[in-house]
Amino acid sequence: MEFSHIIDEFAKDNNLSLAPIEVKGGITAYHTAHDSLLSLLKFVKEHKELRFAILTDLFAADFPAKTKRFEVVYNLLSLQLNKRLLFKIDLDEEDSAPSIADLYSAACWYEREAFDMFGINFENCPDMRRILTDYGFKGHPLRKDFPLTGHVQIKYDEVLKKVVYEPVLLEQEFRNFDFSSPWQGPSDYKLPGDEKSTK
Amino acid sequence: MAKTNSENKTTTINFGPQHPAAHGVLRLILEMDGEVVNKADPHIGLLHRGTEKLIEHKTYTQAIPYFDRLDYVSPMCQEHAYALAVEQLIGCEVPKRAQYIRVLFSELTRILNHTMNIGTQAVDLGATTPLLWLFEEREKIMEFYERVSGSRMHSNYFRPGGVASDLPDGLLEDIAVFNNNFLAQLADVETLLNNNRIWKQRLVGVGVVSQKQAMDWGFSGPMLRGSGIEWDLRKSNPYEVYGEMDFDVPIGKDGDCYDRYLVRIEEMYQSVRIIDQCLSKIPKGEVKALDSKITPPSRKEMKESMEAMIHHFKLYTEGYDVPVGQSYGVVEAPKGEFGVYLYSDGSNKPYRCRIKAPGFAHLQGLDFMTRGHLMADVVSVISSLDVVFGEVDR
Repeated sequence: MEFSHIIDEFAKDNNLSLAPIEVKGGITAYHTAHDSLLSLLKFVKEHKELRFAILTDLFAADFPAKTKRFEVVYNLLSLQLNKRLLFKIDLDEEDSAPSIADLYSAACWYEREAFDMFGINFENCPDMRRILTDYGFKGHPLRKDFPLTGHVQIKYDEVLKKVVYEPVLLEQEFRNFDFSSPWQGPSDYKLPGDEKSTK
Repeated sequence: MAKTNSENKTTTINFGPQHPAAHGVLRLILEMDGEVVNKADPHIGLLHRGTEKLIEHKTYTQAIPYFDRLDYVSPMCQEHAYALAVEQLIGCEVPKRAQYIRVLFSELTRILNHTMNIGTQAVDLGATTPLLWLFEEREKIMEFYERVSGSRMHSNYFRPGGVASDLPDGLLEDIAVFNNNFLAQLADVETLLNNNRIWKQRLVGVGVVSQKQAMDWGFSGPMLRGSGIEWDLRKSNPYEVYGEMDFDVPIGKDGDCYDRYLVRIEEMYQSVRIIDQCLSKIPKGEVKALDSKITPPSRKEMKESMEAMIHHFKLYTEGYDVPVGQSYGVVEAPKGEFGVYLYSDGSNKPYRCRIKAPGFAHLQGLDFMTRGHLMADVVSVISSLDVVFGEVDR
């Protein structure tokens, strides 16, 4: 029996939301709701035919245009099946995701990173400090509305004899070239004169 | 530097960020009870350069050099994961010769990485000679890197669709010579270390990871195999031409630092075997996909054909559009599973590029691995984790 049936059946029996999505690279992926996540993870980790015991990765992505802005992705691996399984949940800016550090010890740092980079809060995470950014850093750098150049720069101040923070100063305007060709618009876009070609 | 907490009689020590045994910029806050470690809290991010953010602002071609700068000890393996992820999205075929070149250089990279790791581990624990011997070999591999890509370390060689250029004349013969001589060098290092009393005292029984722990903490690569779990992506999910190669996957028994050292040594012997097979089997032919919308034309063609000239110009300014979708490209990098998760929105730049680095998960395990050990064992464990901060901090 294909292993995804086992998960489908479990979700059906327990009224959990589960919708398959496509990810290339031989991964079975599902979209789920954040209140269904914990029971699903617990199930796939402990079921004797599945044993998704390794949390390969946990990360987030930002889609400011969507109503629920953030997407948190859980990437699992089963050595027994030699299969990868991926769960996704959507979160609002005010929502917090359930921490899965009880189930997978590896989750703690990944959750810290998602918190640091996107400002997503993980409920009951044993350690919700920032991890990659500087001590006292403000903002969440991987959000789409965070500028690439950042807000502060540091330098060693000869007079004060210490490292100081100051607002970022660009010697030259930040240049974000758009090289995309204007001719690659939607296929139904007609250039003036195009109508002649079909006649 | 050290602070004594009066109520519970523990001392807090700040280890790093500038410490030769920290293998980069690791700041470690150690809570010590006398000489015994109670808790280790790694503070990372001192080398954080925002690679994932930068890649969102670059075209697919411009993103490749960032991957060299992650784990700068095994650059090509990371380009490989990225190239696989992009290839899955655009669905292009890689020519056979390019696949062989990729496998050949992935294995050279594995030797590059393990020689560095074992050499520096030996220095950390007081032996200088292995480092000198192994770095000599390392330098030869970097010369191969330079001959093929023009750069000793940041090669920018594996591209989506194939590799940047064909191998120069005579390179395969020189790799064959290196491959034969390397075995003797490696055997010499083994005679120095394997049964060395000090080496064993510092490694055997230190930093033990059980199978359950290794899985629970998301370990991969030699960290997983050292604990006796036979798992290698080259065997379980063969990519490129690994399916045609004959090699073994070494595993450890006790999951301590010594087993992980032995696993790495044996992996080098297996890499030598794979390189030998690549050298004898490598076919003639193209080294990049023929789709001129993805790979640039040859220099000669570009000078003679108007169409090739346009393709060249468009590729290096605008780049290519990648179909909407998501993909996960993954390779067995020398340090463990290195993966790239790409979101494409159909434009010429990745919408989001997630980099899964093995070292990040391994360093998280430092706390449980060092608890109850002595201060000096922390150094053994860090070096056996094989962390490089380029990839941990990204």
